[in-house]
Amino acid sequence: MDILLGVGGSELSYHALEETVDRARATGDDLAVAIFGNEEVNADADDIQGRVEETLAESDFDATIRRLEGDSPGSELISLAETEGFDRIVLGGGERSTLGKIQLGSVVEFVLLNSQTPVTLIR
Amino acid sequence: MTRDYPDEPAGEFPRPPRTVTDREDREVEILPADVADHDSVFEMYLSFDPADRAQGIPPSRESAIENWLDTILGDDTLNVVAGHADGVVGHATLVPDRHGEHELAIFVLQPFQGAGIGTELVETLLGLAQSRGLEKVWLTVERWNDPAVALYRKVGFETTEAESFEIEMSIRL
Repeated sequence: MDILLGVGGSELSYHALEETVDRARATGDDLAVAIFGNEEVNADADDIQGRVEETLAESDFDATIRRLEGDSPGSELISLAETEGFDRIVLGGGERSTLGKIQLGSVVEFVLLNSQTPVTLIR
Repeated sequence: MTRDYPDEPAGEFPRPPRTVTDREDREVEILPADVADHDSVFEMYLSFDPADRAQGIPPSRESAIENWLDTILGDDTLNVVAGHADGVVGHATLVPDRHGEHELAIFVLQPFQGAGIGTELVETLLGLAQSRGLEKVWLTVERWNDPAVALYRKVGFETTEAESFEIEMSIRL
Protein backbone atom coordinates (compact mmCIF):
# COMPACT_ATOMS: atom_id res chain seq x y z
CA MET A 1 0.00 0.00 0.00
CA ASP A 2 0.96 3.62 -0.46
CA ILE A 3 0.62 5.40 2.88
CA LEU A 4 0.45 9.16 3.35
CA LEU A 5 1.26 10.25 6.91
CA GLY A 6 0.57 13.85 7.95
CA VAL A 7 2.91 15.30 10.59
CA GLY A 8 2.05 18.71 12.04
CA GLY A 9 4.49 18.92 14.93
CA SER A 10 2.41 17.72 17.88
CA GLU A 11 3.89 15.04 20.13
CA LEU A 12 1.16 12.70 18.96
CA SER A 13 2.12 13.30 15.33
CA TYR A 14 5.70 12.18 16.09
CA HIS A 15 4.33 9.17 17.92
CA ALA A 16 2.28 8.36 14.81
CA LEU A 17 5.46 8.63 12.71
CA GLU A 18 7.23 6.02 14.84
CA GLU A 19 4.25 3.67 14.80
CA THR A 20 3.80 4.06 11.05
CA VAL A 21 7.46 3.41 10.30
CA ASP A 22 7.34 0.22 12.42
CA ARG A 23 4.23 -0.94 10.67
CA ALA A 24 5.42 -0.06 7.15
CA ARG A 25 8.64 -1.94 7.78
CA ALA A 26 6.61 -5.03 8.76
CA THR A 27 4.19 -4.81 5.84
CA GLY A 28 6.47 -3.45 3.13
CA ASP A 29 4.20 -0.43 2.57
CA ASP A 30 5.58 2.68 0.89
CA LEU A 31 5.48 5.75 3.08
CA ALA A 32 5.28 9.43 2.22
CA VAL A 33 5.37 11.97 5.08
CA ALA A 34 3.53 15.24 4.51
CA ILE A 35 4.88 18.03 6.70
CA PHE A 36 2.70 20.98 7.65
CA GLY A 37 2.97 23.88 10.07
CA ASN A 38 0.14 23.98 12.55
CA GLU A 39 -1.31 26.97 14.38
CA GLU A 40 -2.55 24.72 17.15
CA VAL A 41 0.95 23.59 18.12
CA ASN A 42 2.86 26.65 16.98
CA ALA A 43 5.47 24.62 15.16
CA ASP A 44 7.69 25.67 12.27
CA ALA A 45 7.58 23.40 9.21
CA ASP A 46 11.38 23.35 8.80
CA ASP A 47 11.83 22.22 12.41
CA ILE A 48 9.20 19.55 11.97
CA GLN A 49 10.85 18.30 8.79
CA GLY A 50 14.21 18.19 10.58
CA ARG A 51 12.80 16.03 13.35
CA VAL A 52 11.03 13.74 10.86
CA GLU A 53 14.23 13.26 8.85
CA GLU A 54 16.14 12.52 12.04
CA THR A 55 13.61 9.88 13.10
CA LEU A 56 13.69 8.28 9.64
CA ALA A 57 17.50 8.21 9.69
CA GLU A 58 17.58 6.68 13.18
CA SER A 59 15.08 4.05 12.07
CA ASP A 60 17.06 3.45 8.88
CA PHE A 61 13.83 3.73 6.89
CA ASP A 62 13.31 5.47 3.56
CA ALA A 63 10.26 7.66 3.10
CA THR A 64 9.40 10.47 0.72
CA ILE A 65 9.04 13.90 2.33
CA ARG A 66 6.35 16.27 1.07
CA ARG A 67 5.52 19.80 2.22
CA LEU A 68 2.00 21.22 2.53
CA GLU A 69 2.44 24.98 2.22
CA GLY A 70 -1.06 26.45 2.32
CA ASP A 71 -3.36 27.59 5.11
CA SER A 72 -5.55 24.49 5.24
CA PRO A 73 -3.34 21.46 5.75
CA GLY A 74 -6.31 19.10 6.18
CA SER A 75 -7.68 19.97 2.76
CA GLU A 76 -4.26 19.82 1.13
CA LEU A 77 -3.54 16.43 2.67
CA ILE A 78 -6.78 15.05 1.24
CA SER A 79 -6.07 16.52 -2.23
CA LEU A 80 -2.58 15.06 -2.24
CA ALA A 81 -3.91 11.62 -1.30
CA GLU A 82 -6.58 11.73 -3.98
CA THR A 83 -4.56 13.18 -6.85
CA GLU A 84 -1.63 10.84 -6.32
CA GLY A 85 -3.65 7.73 -5.53
CA PHE A 86 -2.54 7.05 -1.96
CA ASP A 87 -4.36 4.09 -0.36
CA ARG A 88 -4.52 5.45 3.15
CA ILE A 89 -4.00 8.64 5.16
CA VAL A 90 -2.53 8.28 8.63
CA LEU A 91 -2.64 10.98 11.31
CA GLY A 92 -1.80 11.16 14.99
CA GLY A 93 -4.22 12.98 17.25
CA GLY A 94 -6.58 12.96 20.19
CA GLU A 95 -4.68 15.09 22.69
CA ARG A 96 -5.75 14.61 26.30
CA SER A 97 -6.29 17.50 28.68
CA THR A 98 -4.77 17.22 32.17
CA LEU A 99 -8.17 16.06 33.33
CA GLY A 100 -8.02 13.31 30.72
CA LYS A 101 -10.58 14.36 28.14
CA ILE A 102 -9.65 13.60 24.55
CA GLN A 103 -10.02 16.37 22.00
CA LEU A 104 -9.40 16.14 18.27
CA GLY A 105 -7.58 18.99 16.61
CA SER A 106 -9.05 20.84 13.64
CA VAL A 107 -6.81 19.15 11.03
CA VAL A 108 -7.69 15.64 12.23
CA GLU A 109 -11.34 16.51 12.39
CA PHE A 110 -11.37 17.98 8.88
CA VAL A 111 -9.63 14.95 7.40
CA LEU A 112 -11.88 12.44 9.19
CA LEU A 113 -15.00 14.20 7.97
CA ASN A 114 -13.96 15.03 4.43
CA SER A 115 -11.56 12.40 3.16
CA GLN A 116 -12.67 9.85 0.56
CA THR A 117 -9.39 8.03 1.18
CA PRO A 118 -9.54 5.72 4.24
CA VAL A 119 -8.05 7.40 7.33
CA THR A 120 -6.24 5.80 10.25
CA LEU A 121 -6.07 7.88 13.42
CA ILE A 122 -3.28 6.87 15.80
CA ARG A 123 -4.00 7.96 19.37
CA MET B 1 -3.75 29.38 23.23
CA THR B 2 -5.96 31.78 25.13
CA ARG B 3 -9.38 30.76 26.19
CA ASP B 4 -12.29 33.20 26.25
CA TYR B 5 -14.30 33.86 29.40
CA PRO B 6 -17.49 35.80 29.99
CA ASP B 7 -16.81 39.42 31.03
CA GLU B 8 -19.20 39.27 33.95
CA PRO B 9 -18.60 36.99 36.92
CA ALA B 10 -21.34 34.54 37.85
CA GLY B 11 -23.33 34.96 41.07
CA GLU B 12 -22.70 33.11 44.31
CA PHE B 13 -22.99 29.34 44.16
CA PRO B 14 -23.93 27.14 47.14
CA ARG B 15 -21.06 25.61 49.06
CA PRO B 16 -20.67 22.10 50.39
CA PRO B 17 -21.74 20.33 52.53
CA ARG B 18 -25.35 20.29 51.37
CA THR B 19 -28.21 17.85 51.48
CA VAL B 20 -30.49 17.93 48.45
CA THR B 21 -33.50 15.92 47.35
CA ASP B 22 -33.49 14.87 43.72
CA ARG B 23 -36.51 14.80 41.42
CA GLU B 24 -37.17 11.19 42.38
CA ASP B 25 -37.29 12.07 46.07
CA ARG B 26 -33.92 10.57 46.89
CA GLU B 27 -31.90 12.37 49.52
CA VAL B 28 -28.33 12.99 48.43
CA GLU B 29 -25.49 14.55 50.40
CA ILE B 30 -23.02 16.69 48.49
CA LEU B 31 -19.66 16.76 50.24
CA PRO B 32 -16.16 18.01 49.49
CA ALA B 33 -13.86 15.13 48.60
CA ASP B 34 -10.15 14.57 48.26
CA VAL B 35 -7.66 11.75 48.05
CA ALA B 36 -8.94 10.38 51.38
CA ASP B 37 -12.18 9.52 49.56
CA HIS B 38 -10.32 7.58 46.90
CA ASP B 39 -11.89 4.20 47.71
CA SER B 40 -15.52 5.29 47.53
CA VAL B 41 -14.89 7.26 44.32
CA PHE B 42 -13.06 4.26 42.85
CA GLU B 43 -16.09 2.07 43.68
CA MET B 44 -18.34 4.46 41.80
CA TYR B 45 -16.19 4.31 38.67
CA LEU B 46 -16.07 0.50 38.82
CA SER B 47 -19.83 0.47 38.39
CA PHE B 48 -19.89 3.24 35.79
CA ASP B 49 -21.64 2.24 32.55
CA PRO B 50 -19.02 2.26 29.76
CA ALA B 51 -21.70 3.58 27.39
CA ASP B 52 -21.81 6.79 29.50
CA ARG B 53 -18.15 7.55 28.93
CA ALA B 54 -17.33 10.80 27.19
CA GLN B 55 -14.13 11.84 25.43
CA GLY B 56 -12.24 8.86 26.78
CA ILE B 57 -13.11 9.24 30.48
CA PRO B 58 -13.66 7.65 32.86
CA PRO B 59 -11.30 4.89 31.76
CA SER B 60 -12.71 1.37 32.06
CA ARG B 61 -9.78 -0.81 33.13
CA GLU B 62 -9.15 -0.79 36.89
CA SER B 63 -5.49 0.18 36.58
CA ALA B 64 -6.38 3.02 34.24
CA ILE B 65 -9.05 4.24 36.67
CA GLU B 66 -6.39 4.25 39.42
CA ASN B 67 -3.99 6.34 37.32
CA TRP B 68 -6.74 8.75 36.38
CA LEU B 69 -7.90 9.16 40.00
CA ASP B 70 -4.31 9.96 41.00
CA THR B 71 -4.57 12.97 38.68
CA ILE B 72 -8.06 14.19 39.45
CA LEU B 73 -7.81 13.73 43.23
CA GLY B 74 -4.26 15.09 43.24
CA ASP B 75 -2.75 18.32 44.56
CA ASP B 76 -4.55 21.55 43.66
CA THR B 77 -7.67 19.79 42.42
CA LEU B 78 -11.13 20.40 43.89
CA ASN B 79 -13.73 17.65 44.15
CA VAL B 80 -17.25 17.09 45.42
CA VAL B 81 -19.14 13.82 45.60
CA ALA B 82 -22.84 13.01 45.84
CA GLY B 83 -23.41 10.35 48.49
CA HIS B 84 -26.49 8.18 48.78
CA ALA B 85 -27.19 5.21 51.09
CA ASP B 86 -25.38 2.85 48.73
CA GLY B 87 -22.26 4.95 48.32
CA VAL B 88 -21.00 7.61 45.94
CA VAL B 89 -23.39 8.12 43.01
CA GLY B 90 -21.92 11.25 41.47
CA HIS B 91 -18.62 13.12 41.31
CA ALA B 92 -17.52 16.49 39.98
CA THR B 93 -13.91 17.60 39.68
CA LEU B 94 -11.86 20.69 38.87
CA VAL B 95 -8.33 20.06 37.65
CA PRO B 96 -5.80 22.88 37.06
CA ASP B 97 -4.44 23.19 33.53
CA ARG B 98 -1.06 24.58 32.49
CA HIS B 99 -2.39 28.14 32.55
CA GLY B 100 -3.68 28.07 36.12
CA GLU B 101 -7.24 27.84 34.89
CA HIS B 102 -9.42 24.89 35.84
CA GLU B 103 -11.14 22.24 33.74
CA LEU B 104 -14.39 20.82 35.03
CA ALA B 105 -15.89 17.36 34.57
CA ILE B 106 -18.84 15.61 36.13
CA PHE B 107 -20.08 12.02 36.27
CA VAL B 108 -23.33 10.62 37.62
CA LEU B 109 -24.16 6.91 37.85
CA GLN B 110 -26.82 5.86 35.38
CA PRO B 111 -29.66 5.14 37.89
CA PHE B 112 -29.23 8.66 39.31
CA GLN B 113 -29.09 10.51 35.99
CA GLY B 114 -31.83 12.85 34.84
CA ALA B 115 -32.94 13.79 38.36
CA GLY B 116 -31.07 17.05 38.89
CA ILE B 117 -28.06 15.71 40.80
CA GLY B 118 -25.65 16.78 38.08
CA THR B 119 -26.77 20.39 38.33
CA GLU B 120 -26.42 20.33 42.14
CA LEU B 121 -22.95 18.79 41.87
CA VAL B 122 -21.71 21.38 39.38
CA GLU B 123 -23.16 24.31 41.33
CA THR B 124 -21.75 23.06 44.62
CA LEU B 125 -18.32 22.47 43.08
CA LEU B 126 -18.37 26.03 41.71
CA GLY B 127 -19.32 27.23 45.21
CA LEU B 128 -16.31 25.40 46.63
CA ALA B 129 -14.19 26.96 43.88
CA GLN B 130 -15.43 30.44 44.82
CA SER B 131 -14.49 29.80 48.46
CA ARG B 132 -10.94 29.00 47.27
CA GLY B 133 -10.69 32.07 45.05
CA LEU B 134 -10.74 30.31 41.66
CA GLU B 135 -11.78 32.59 38.81
CA LYS B 136 -11.67 30.76 35.53
CA VAL B 137 -13.34 27.43 34.86
CA TRP B 138 -13.78 25.75 31.47
CA LEU B 139 -14.97 22.47 30.06
CA THR B 140 -15.52 20.66 26.80
CA VAL B 141 -18.56 18.59 25.94
CA GLU B 142 -19.44 16.49 22.91
CA ARG B 143 -21.73 18.54 20.70
CA TRP B 144 -24.42 15.82 20.55
CA ASN B 145 -24.66 15.61 24.36
CA ASP B 146 -27.72 17.86 24.65
CA PRO B 147 -28.55 17.14 28.33
CA ALA B 148 -25.02 18.06 29.41
CA VAL B 149 -24.90 21.22 27.27
CA ALA B 150 -28.28 22.29 28.69
CA LEU B 151 -27.09 21.65 32.24
CA TYR B 152 -23.92 23.74 31.84
CA ARG B 153 -25.84 26.56 30.18
CA LYS B 154 -28.41 26.61 32.99
CA VAL B 155 -25.62 26.87 35.56
CA GLY B 156 -24.17 29.85 33.70
CA PHE B 157 -21.48 28.53 31.37
CA GLU B 158 -21.19 30.29 28.02
CA THR B 159 -20.11 28.67 24.78
CA THR B 160 -16.70 29.96 23.73
CA GLU B 161 -15.85 27.66 20.84
CA ALA B 162 -18.28 25.56 18.86
CA GLU B 163 -16.45 24.77 15.63
CA SER B 164 -15.25 21.27 16.42
CA PHE B 165 -16.67 17.94 17.63
CA GLU B 166 -16.46 19.26 21.16
CA ILE B 167 -18.10 22.45 22.33
CA GLU B 168 -15.96 24.49 24.71
CA MET B 169 -17.72 26.44 27.47
CA SER B 170 -16.44 28.66 30.25
CA ILE B 171 -17.55 30.61 33.30
CA ARG B 172 -15.97 33.40 35.35
CA LEU B 173 -16.44 33.10 39.10
